[in-house]
Amino acid sequence: MLEIRGLAASIGDKLILRGIDLNVPDGEVHAIMGPNGSGKSTLGYVLSGRDDFTVTGGSVLYNGLDLLDMAPEARAAAGVFLAFQAPIELPGVNNANFLRTALNAIRRAHGESELDAVQFLKLARAETKRLAMPDDMLKRNVNVGFSGGEKKRNEVLQMALLRPSLAILDETDSGLDIDALKIVADGVNALRSPTFSALVITHHQRLLDHLVPNRVHVLAGGRIIRSGGPELARELEKSGYAGVLAEAA
Amino acid sequence: MSTTTEALDTINSGYKWGFETDIEMDLAPKGLNEDIIRLISARKEEPEWMLEGRLKAFSQWQKMAEPVWARVDHPPIDYQDLHYYAAPKKKPGPKSLDEVDPELLKMYEKLGIPLKERAILAGVEADPDERPQIAVDAVFDSVSVATTFRESLAKVGVIFCPISEAVRDHPDLVRQYLGTVVPVADNYFSALNAAVFTDGSFCYIPKGVRCPMELSTYFRINARNTGQFERTLIIAEAGAHVSYLEGCTAPQRDENQLHAAVVELIAMDDATIKYSTVQNWYPGDENGRGGIYNFVTKRGACRGARSKISWTQVETGSAITWKYPSCVLIGEDSVGEFYSVAVTTHHQQADTGTKMIHIGKGSRSTIVSKGISAGKSNNTYRGLVRMLPSATGARNHTQCDSLLIGDQCGAHTVPYIESRNPSAKVEHEATTSKIDEEKLFYCRQRGLSEEDAVNLIVNGFCKEVLKELPMEFAVEAQKLLAVSLEGSVG
Amino acid sequence: MSIVQQTGAAGFLACFETLKDALPGDPVVREKAAAAFRLLGLPGGTSARRSEAWKYTSLRPVAETAFMTPVVSGFDVDLSASTASFSRFAENPVFGPLPRPDRDPMVALNTMLAEDGAILRVPAGVDAGIVRIDSHGNGSHALHPRHAVHLGPGATLVLLEIATGTGGYLHNAVTEIAIGAGAHLTHIRLQDESRDAFHFATIYADVAEGGTYDGFSLVLGGRIARTEIHVGLTGKNAVAHMNGAQLLTGTQHADFSSIVRHAAPNCTSRQTVKNVLNGRSRGVFQGRIEVARDAQKTDGYQMNQALLLSPDAEIDSKPELEIFADDVKCSHGATVGELDAEQLFYLRSRGVPENEARAMLVRAFLTEALDLVTNDAIRSMLGEKIDLWWERQAA
Ligand SMILES: Nc1ncnc2c1ncn2[C@@H]1O[C@H](COP(=O)(O)OP(=O)(O)OP(=O)(O)O)[C@@H](O)[C@H]1O
Ligand SMILES: [Mg+2]
Repeated sequence: MLEIRGLAASIGDKLILRGIDLNVPDGEVHAIMGPNGSGKSTLGYVLSGRDDFTVTGGSVLYNGLDLLDMAPEARAAAGVFLAFQAPIELPGVNNANFLRTALNAIRRAHGESELDAVQFLKLARAETKRLAMPDDMLKRNVNVGFSGGEKKRNEVLQMALLRPSLAILDETDSGLDIDALKIVADGVNALRSPTFSALVITHHQRLLDHLVPNRVHVLAGGRIIRSGGPELARELEKSGYAGVLAEAA
Repeated sequence: MSTTTEALDTINSGYKWGFETDIEMDLAPKGLNEDIIRLISARKEEPEWMLEGRLKAFSQWQKMAEPVWARVDHPPIDYQDLHYYAAPKKKPGPKSLDEVDPELLKMYEKLGIPLKERAILAGVEADPDERPQIAVDAVFDSVSVATTFRESLAKVGVIFCPISEAVRDHPDLVRQYLGTVVPVADNYFSALNAAVFTDGSFCYIPKGVRCPMELSTYFRINARNTGQFERTLIIAEAGAHVSYLEGCTAPQRDENQLHAAVVELIAMDDATIKYSTVQNWYPGDENGRGGIYNFVTKRGACRGARSKISWTQVETGSAITWKYPSCVLIGEDSVGEFYSVAVTTHHQQADTGTKMIHIGKGSRSTIVSKGISAGKSNNTYRGLVRMLPSATGARNHTQCDSLLIGDQCGAHTVPYIESRNPSAKVEHEATTSKIDEEKLFYCRQRGLSEEDAVNLIVNGFCKEVLKELPMEFAVEAQKLLAVSLEGSVG
Repeated sequence: MSIVQQTGAAGFLACFETLKDALPGDPVVREKAAAAFRLLGLPGGTSARRSEAWKYTSLRPVAETAFMTPVVSGFDVDLSASTASFSRFAENPVFGPLPRPDRDPMVALNTMLAEDGAILRVPAGVDAGIVRIDSHGNGSHALHPRHAVHLGPGATLVLLEIATGTGGYLHNAVTEIAIGAGAHLTHIRLQDESRDAFHFATIYADVAEGGTYDGFSLVLGGRIARTEIHVGLTGKNAVAHMNGAQLLTGTQHADFSSIVRHAAPNCTSRQTVKNVLNGRSRGVFQGRIEVARDAQKTDGYQMNQALLLSPDAEIDSKPELEIFADDVKCSHGATVGELDAEQLFYLRSRGVPENEARAMLVRAFLTEALDLVTNDAIRSMLGEKIDLWWERQAA
């Protein structure tokens, strides 16, 4: 699914990713953990094509496509989805309208017919219901006045509707109440299939309890300094990063 | 309310800097003409080029008209009815403090200016040796009477002296920079100043030097019917840092006095100039009689990349204030700041603000203006933010708040925003409101007097600005706010 | 009959001399206006006087054009959905008390040369539906219509004005509006003039106790245009909305200037004005909230925002507060910039192509102003105009 080789990226003069190697096979869920400021969000942004970051080296293959060469919307059309750590507010942009435009753009790219407003609403309502979200979320402006948790839920709703094949969840579990956490996990688990993979950035074991990652990676100082199975997350939860960092140093 | 009248009585006698100092004066005859200018130049022992510049400025000034756009109102100023030169009789330029007229020293003591070596270490309670040192230049009417710490500054290459001395001792520097930020014909008052300026401070911070102490000038208008026209020039070479403080007072008089200063700042690559003012010229009495007309042109040029000029002002004095400390942001990633508190009471009129001219790529500016109007006063913020086509990625943020105390005053906000670069971002916010009754009540319920409550709230309102002042000044400014607003509630 | 003028203020004055005996209404008012216009001139044009009110708009191109003064009314009034009573200024030439020809040059010009206009009256308590006034400019005609609207106490009216035309004409309208106690005027203006035209609309409204002036202007057309609105809130609890959007491209210049004067206690004013500027266009916003000494409990808010879509566009904005009462809540905000890069990225990361994402964000930017138009049919008509404008930009 995803092959990252020696990926380096900077913002301004500041080098943030210093050579990331990461392989996410089809159907797998990988967790990424690491201290604040280590570059986790940056990795998500670079994979989804945010242009404030300059890729200074390395390559990313996504289902055989050279991801780094593509516009953000082309990556989205190809199935890459980033759930933002801090979802941005879009005043004046209606959530339903936004979702339909995005969904139809992706459908178009796939040669599928576009959904009209009625078809879309039916689909969207079904998803909001399944994710136990209030209906009026669709009527409101994208993320405007949403609580922290609601914003995260909205990201999950978008993921459910757009049905990506690679989901990058950047701390989607932060700020969620216990029920919502379960919903996020269910949302990801529902998408799980041999053609779906996920990179789950998190600071907590809780989400991983529900998701059970195939691999856990520790990102520090812009590099992956340690990888392991699900037990690595539990170990980190118990003893923090000090040990891993010392080992890597 | 009776508290109001009582408090008015206090403030009536309340301008505690309103004493007059009895010093023998060397006074030029009233009036403005070429002869007076020649006399000033001669008294200052100026080189020929200075005199020529003054005469040229004078002829330009004669062709100009007083600006009318500011929201201030005053009877016509008779420029022929002023003295343009007044100096204490003692020979200016004393070698040491002992040579200074003891009357003068007494006056500075009364002003609370810590002029003597020991007292410079301001604040009594703390161990003086741990206090930061401040070098002081004191300007009395038309001349600088004492500049302290010059030797220790000279050791690191910092020049800090009266500008009249700089004209004689550092003519090349003065010629290179004087009038390059505020050209003679910039406005009516700058032209007048260029013709007749008498003294002011000159600071030169060489490359890479972080000025080891705060530099400070105290301005005092003492003589009757005297205009004060000081001129300040500060140059920070690449990588230099300096913090400069300015304080002003004047005696209590029934007639209006004119103060038309020009300040020019120049910051080269990576240089920082912080310029703080506590302006407490005599504001006139509660009927609007007397007080200083403060018509000042202050401008800084951020010429170098990453240079920074920061203006902080607390304006409580003057009958009329007309003042717009500005930044011309030429260097890439240069930074301009303007933090201002302006308080007007009685019949005071303040029209003050700033101009941020963005030329350099990535230049940034911040404007925080807090206006407080009380009594029958008018307080106007007037500001310009201009993004030129070259100012790619530039940023400005402006926050402009006005507080009204009493229903006879006015608060006005006049921002101009001009942008010609799409990547430049300007954000401007302004609010006007009266002092929050609920907050007042809350404080009083907790036992504060109404006046203390107002002070507390006003100080909170001004906090963002006050915290930009150097410590010693911040304390003084807070006290000043309290005194200025005494009797304004009710 | 029509008169071909010389250029400049002199041309208009000469035209007045020729026409004045045939013009309807009080000749003294006209002469006074002419005297004022002679003094004020065309700002930035023939007159060298600097005027703060015209700081950012120069009428030099107007001064350099030779107009033709035709004897045509230049507008149609559609009363099919309204019960308002209608008469013509030509037949009922009353100059009301609100306009200020002594101070406002284009109003002086209008007062001097106005030949016709629509006068609408709604009696007390009547909801008079929707009146639509269409104006058509033509060739190099100069038109100075003089409109008036009077709403009796408790009356309601929606006035929709649409200005269109072909050619490099001058459309210089003055509208005087009196809103009675508790009356409500919705005033929607679509300025879709020819791109070569000069458009000036000066509106003076007086709102009595509890009345509402609810104005929205969509500015799309004109080479040089100015919308100038003066609202006086003279009765308690009166309300003014002075919203608008200007979408400009090419070398268009459009100025939106407004002054709301709070002269009575407890009044509310609201303003949201958006500028979207493409090409080498220049947008101007000047908005002043004035609060008189007696106008306690004033609530005033003003927001103006500009989006620069091109490196050659320019915005000049001057939001002003002038406050003489203490128990007030007044604020304004202004922002200038380009489309938000983060928002753009968010949309694109969801698969929305860049062009569409831009369109969405521009539309969203305008929505905040457009949503203030409460009449659904009119709002969607304006929305379509905006979409059409955007499509033309993209093409
Ligand atoms: N726009 C930017 N400008 C400058 N530095 C930035 C920018 N964005 C990110 N950085 C820096 O890059 C580093 C990595 O940031 P990143 O957001 O990727 O960290 P993170 O691992 O996601 O942290 P957290 O766990 O707190 O979310 C940080 O030091 C951050 O300050
Ligand atoms: Mg992060």
